[in-house]
Amino acid sequence: MIAALKRQLKTWTLWELFQGLAITGKYLFKSKITVLYPEEKTPMSPRFRGKHALRRYANGEERCIACKLCEAVCPANAITIESEARDDGSRRTTVYDIDLFKCIYCGFCEEACPVDAIVETRVYEYAFEPGEIHVMNKDMLLAHGDKMEAQIAADRAADAKYR
Amino acid sequence: MFESLQLFLAQWVPDSIATVLVILVQAAMVIVPLMLAVAYLTYAERKVIGYMQIRLGPNRVGPGGWLQPIADALKLLMKEVIIPSKSNVYLFVIAPVLAIAPAIAVWAVVPFADGVVVADINAGLLYILAISSIGVYGVVVAGWASNSKYAFLGALRSSAQKVSYEIAMGFALVTVIMTAGSMNLTEIVNGQQGGMLSWYWIPLLPMFVVYFIAGVAETNRAPFDVAEGESEIVAGFHVDYSGMTFAVFFLAEYAMMILISFLTAIMFMGGWLSPFEGIPGLETLFSFVPAFVWIALKVSFLLFVFLWFRATFPRYRYDQIMRLGWKIFIPLTILWVFVVGVMAYFKVAPWFVNGGVA
Repeated sequence: MIAALKRQLKTWTLWELFQGLAITGKYLFKSKITVLYPEEKTPMSPRFRGKHALRRYANGEERCIACKLCEAVCPANAITIESEARDDGSRRTTVYDIDLFKCIYCGFCEEACPVDAIVETRVYEYAFEPGEIHVMNKDMLLAHGDKMEAQIAADRAADAKYR
Repeated sequence: MFESLQLFLAQWVPDSIATVLVILVQAAMVIVPLMLAVAYLTYAERKVIGYMQIRLGPNRVGPGGWLQPIADALKLLMKEVIIPSKSNVYLFVIAPVLAIAPAIAVWAVVPFADGVVVADINAGLLYILAISSIGVYGVVVAGWASNSKYAFLGALRSSAQKVSYEIAMGFALVTVIMTAGSMNLTEIVNGQQGGMLSWYWIPLLPMFVVYFIAGVAETNRAPFDVAEGESEIVAGFHVDYSGMTFAVFFLAEYAMMILISFLTAIMFMGGWLSPFEGIPGLETLFSFVPAFVWIALKVSFLLFVFLWFRATFPRYRYDQIMRLGWKIFIPLTILWVFVVGVMAYFKVAPWFVNGGVA
């Protein structure tokens, strides 16, 4: 009886509706979580998988030895490699293409690589206009690696103890 | 003011043309601020709902996003008006006009301050009730002319809902008329003189709530927006409308929202009267505030409540809407008509002393 009366009272005073309004009313004054993107950016993990790069050793020699493990492991078949013996007899790639439209940024290539040559960098702000070339060739990958080397090395060092 | 304008014009043009010109000026003086208010109501809506969802809302166009409504209006103006090939073209084009015409015409009798009204007619409330219910035709015609099942279902839902809530709304208005003893909106406000406690919201508290909720349902706003439930019938009666024809429906909906807020403020919250009348210190302290500011504040608060509702409540199920309208609001309003009758008979102070009809 008392419970039924209580329920009726709650119904007719719109009690629960006012409770709901109080919650949204409280949120109106909370500090906002919006990140104003071009001006502000969210923090990023050193494991971030963005645009690819090919690394070099400190003496300038390219790391990639054309073992084709990345090509084999790539689930999207985004990597194309052709190799030849260089004049000094060492095995090196002549073609190293990554189709960024096919790539799913899984990071398997990076994990498969025995010499840490192919890596994914933190760069994610890039886009392709229609008709623009979307396949990164060896020169582009190496150039990107040269540009980002400091960041790439720092990220690998930060993550090394978990590998 | 308008008499002198008419006399001034009559020196150069015939009397009849002077009258038409004065009416046009009056119409422009109501419609232009109304359209601006609608534009910034959409901005306020996006901001308020954003803030309640701990977001910032629009903030890119102009400082703090202040130019967002202008950009939206320009976008809608530039867009192509698509007319479905199997639609009834004549009705399809005329439906938005049917929706916006009543939404603007009702403003003729709405007073913005004492005497500041286009047409101070005695049957003001009746006029508002009559004209605003014509707005349903716009929705019905739009839904039928689109020749689309979604639009048709939306129109059916919307019209049934509007018709149901119109009854509760009408009865709520009857109690106001009984309390004030007048259908003239200016007189209704003047009957509420004497500070916050002599406003009609106290003796008519359930009607105040019923009227406002019915108003939310009338304007098809959340949580009663089944007419455009995007998860079921896409966008309801205006699925097939684009560009400016869509914008006109939008304007009509928001103009009706502002109208409902104005009417609630006028009938239950003392219109342009100061809430501090009769309180010795505060009355003189706030006597510099112009009458229009008070009504603007009350209307802004009620509009905020509209947006607050939308940010808070999930959409009603259709049968629940009908149950609320027919089985709760209508009996409750009829009951309150009798309660008001009793209060008017015993001349309960301060509300029924001079006005009340028993």
